[in-house]
Amino acid sequence: MQFDFSSEVPLYQQVAEEIEDAILSGAFEEETQVPSTTEISTTYRINPATVLKGMTQLTQEGILYKKRGVGMFVSPGAGARILQKRRAAFYEGYVVKLLEEARKLGMSRQEVIELIKGGSQDEQRN
Amino acid sequence: MNNAIEAVNLSMYFGATPALRDVSVCFGEQKIYGLLGRNGAGKSTLLNLISNRLIPTQGSISIDGAPALENDYAQGKIYYMGEKNLLPDTSTVRDLFRWTKDFYPNFDKEYAARLAGEFGLNVKKKLKNLSTGYLTIAKLIAALAANTPYVFFDEPVLGLDANHRELFYRELIENYAENPRTIVISTHLIEEVADIVEQVVILKNGSILLDKPAEEVKSMGYCVSGKASQVEQYCAGRDVLSIESLGGLKTACLIGKPDALPNGLEVTPLDLQKLFVRLTNA
Repeated sequence: MQFDFSSEVPLYQQVAEEIEDAILSGAFEEETQVPSTTEISTTYRINPATVLKGMTQLTQEGILYKKRGVGMFVSPGAGARILQKRRAAFYEGYVVKLLEEARKLGMSRQEVIELIKGGSQDEQRN
Repeated sequence: MNNAIEAVNLSMYFGATPALRDVSVCFGEQKIYGLLGRNGAGKSTLLNLISNRLIPTQGSISIDGAPALENDYAQGKIYYMGEKNLLPDTSTVRDLFRWTKDFYPNFDKEYAARLAGEFGLNVKKKLKNLSTGYLTIAKLIAALAANTPYVFFDEPVLGLDANHRELFYRELIENYAENPRTIVISTHLIEEVADIVEQVVILKNGSILLDKPAEEVKSMGYCVSGKASQVEQYCAGRDVLSIESLGGLKTACLIGKPDALPNGLEVTPLDLQKLFVRLTNA
């Protein structure tokens, strides 16, 4: 996990996203336990209340669930849920920024589209 | 309020000089507080008043609902780790731990010994033979192991090297997570404690300037940068903290949220240290 303490994204949000990333990458598998609030907060020196807020958000979204007296676990289907959520946010988070930067550089839509096509060709070659 | 330290309309004068003026503040709910302010802002005076090392000129302090003044039972709930050494400097670290145990019966000897090992502190050494950093470490360990519901750290990382500072913050959070309590950290090093503290209290010239959740402090403002003329135009009529220019570029820090941002200006988050410097400037 990596936290950007100067980022404009609130820290609890970053905690939530890092856990989601770990679920997507398969590091935290479904139905397995995730590190405790204490473990995350001591390792990264973040206030436990902040970590808890991030975890609570994931619980409300059904990505994590709590086993009383044991800890937090990854919900079944969590990966799919995260994908769905991230895809919905993809346009605002990435496409809009991409087009903004392209406009700053004086690039046409067509050029951007060509680059994307080129990029996906690279991917296929790999 | 119970389970909290409450100071109401607290004033402290040294002769005619006010060190604190009409300060009302509450430390409780097992939160970690950052008490910030410039030299002479009144941070230590406030902590000294709460822990009964000074008598206020005016105002009242209560600890869990009981008066704090001349009240050994209430004072026993607070451990104040400060600059002053209360033991003769010929005592050893072990004496310091023993003494702490006498005054704070919940002091955890095994935990203190384990921490001493982790920091590489020799408990047989006399306090006067310790370096500045290790003297601080000895006091930090006593404070962490005292197991009081309230712990005050006054400049806790004084003289500590980067490794020991990291270790301290780690142990502090572990200690707090396992055994939640109210912690007040008084410091100049804002960036270091920014993600550890839940509530920020800033003192300026003896008065409370700000008392807010840390997360809100971070979003109090923002910075914009871009072409000088554009930045200036944007800043007009807005609450500007500071402007820096670099050639034809300008970066401005502002209070509030970005609105009606013209194309070409970039928004970045506010630098806490900058905000602090600006807010606490005379």
